[in-house]
Amino acid sequence: MKPKLLLENISATYTAGAEPLPVIDALSLHVAPGEFVSLLGPSGSGKSTLLKIAAGLIRPERGRVFLDGREVTGRPARVGYMPQQDLLFPWKTLLQNAALPLLAAGVPREAAYSRVMEMLPVFGLERFAHYYPNQLSGGMRQRAALLRTILVESGLLLLDEPFAALDALTRDKMRDWLLAIWEQFKRSVLFVTHSIDEAIYLSDRVCMISARPGRIILDQPITLPRPRTRQITNEPLFLEYKQKLFASLEE
Amino acid sequence: MKRWANTGTGPNPAAGERQQGRRGAAIRRNLPTAGLLLLLVACWELACRIFEIPPQQLPAPSAIGRAFFENFTILAVQARASLAAAGAGLLMALLLAVLLAVAMDRSPLIKRFLYPLLVISQTVPIYALAPLFLIWFGLGLFSKVVIVSLVCFFPLAVNLVEGLEQVDPEALELLRTMQAGPWLVFRSLQLPSVLPYFFSGLKIAVTYSVIGAVIGEWIGARAGLGVFMLRSLHAFKTAQVFAAIIAVVLLSLLLFKLTELLAWLAMPWNRAGRNNIEEE
Repeated sequence: MKPKLLLENISATYTAGAEPLPVIDALSLHVAPGEFVSLLGPSGSGKSTLLKIAAGLIRPERGRVFLDGREVTGRPARVGYMPQQDLLFPWKTLLQNAALPLLAAGVPREAAYSRVMEMLPVFGLERFAHYYPNQLSGGMRQRAALLRTILVESGLLLLDEPFAALDALTRDKMRDWLLAIWEQFKRSVLFVTHSIDEAIYLSDRVCMISARPGRIILDQPITLPRPRTRQITNEPLFLEYKQKLFASLEE
Repeated sequence: MKRWANTGTGPNPAAGERQQGRRGAAIRRNLPTAGLLLLLVACWELACRIFEIPPQQLPAPSAIGRAFFENFTILAVQARASLAAAGAGLLMALLLAVLLAVAMDRSPLIKRFLYPLLVISQTVPIYALAPLFLIWFGLGLFSKVVIVSLVCFFPLAVNLVEGLEQVDPEALELLRTMQAGPWLVFRSLQLPSVLPYFFSGLKIAVTYSVIGAVIGEWIGARAGLGVFMLRSLHAFKTAQVFAAIIAVVLLSLLLFKLTELLAWLAMPWNRAGRNNIEEE
């Protein structure tokens, strides 16, 4: 089967400093259609850079990016990209924020708004359509941002530590909720995180990336059954994965 | 469209009450200023009476008040002429500032060349150049419009350039991944991010605009508050000069408040109160 996203021999160098700093070194990675892949690694390992390369926002020094088998290296393709900050525009209501990708795709305003209104209940936001972002809680803002990302209507979601800014309890809730959404919409996901538990809990496959310059040092399929609940974190298999990923990090 | 046309204050029932509370607070906050002003005016009045200062030298506030109301119709007519010059100049400055700011934002090269020139242009004393404009553009409205627009251009342009610089690059990237066109990027991101900067520039510019118009009229014009001031001065009607000054102050304040109102209307998201919704 053709992969949804294919990164081939990607190298990137950070050049803003005094000397060029290699961030990613000949890294290859693929995400199959409908697959949930986590990219796990220490901070500074170029995870965010890799995601931006996949989104076409940065041109890699070497290597190629394929989306549905078409080469899109260095060109922003239509992907559901969600950076660490929610980036909801403070001057737009939740409804207007979420409708942005639809408007960008040329959907008429009226149709875009009714589309968002239909989706709001799925995200638990139906009462807040006309609120401005600064009137919403952190978890709600993150859900709104994810709704906006889903509405890009690309088969691929690139999520860059979307829950990093939330408190632990909210984060747990958001993980369960993300899984439910993913199972409903069946998109391919590349998920950046530095939490081993989060990666195992969510993913079909976890790719461990080394410290700078980033390379894949472990590509671990996660065969835990779905749908997953929080009990799964106590299963022997879960703990086995955890130890394995920890060990690869130590090397 | 109507169904979605909620301005954002809707879901917040406490906003009305809070608005009222804020207005009361504003009055209380301005009370000391008003008191001080009243005290100063009272001292001035007393001093004029006690020391019997000749009214040509320094008229008492009561005489100024009388002059203001006796000349109210003339002042209103002259104020309209000044306002026309100020308004037209402001509009020209705005057009120029927007064009230049957008050009500088689009091209770093243009910015490198133009920005220093912009700053240098501000160090040239425009009021000293004003007589030249009179020679070039005549006694009519246009020479005043040029002076006003030169004075107002700088605060507008600088604030617009800075506002465009502050547009969040991450937000721009996000819109690129949605493949948003340039018009949508402008409308949904650049314009709203620039608005606060634009309005701080505009607040300065509107107050400059009235003063610019008056000074232009001073140097040569057929009508306007500046002309009225000069005529009163030459006739030793000092109270009328002060009356004209009051008119200038009132006009500037009016424009300033109008700008604040405009900013309030243009940025509804700023007045939506925080709701502090708990996680569900």
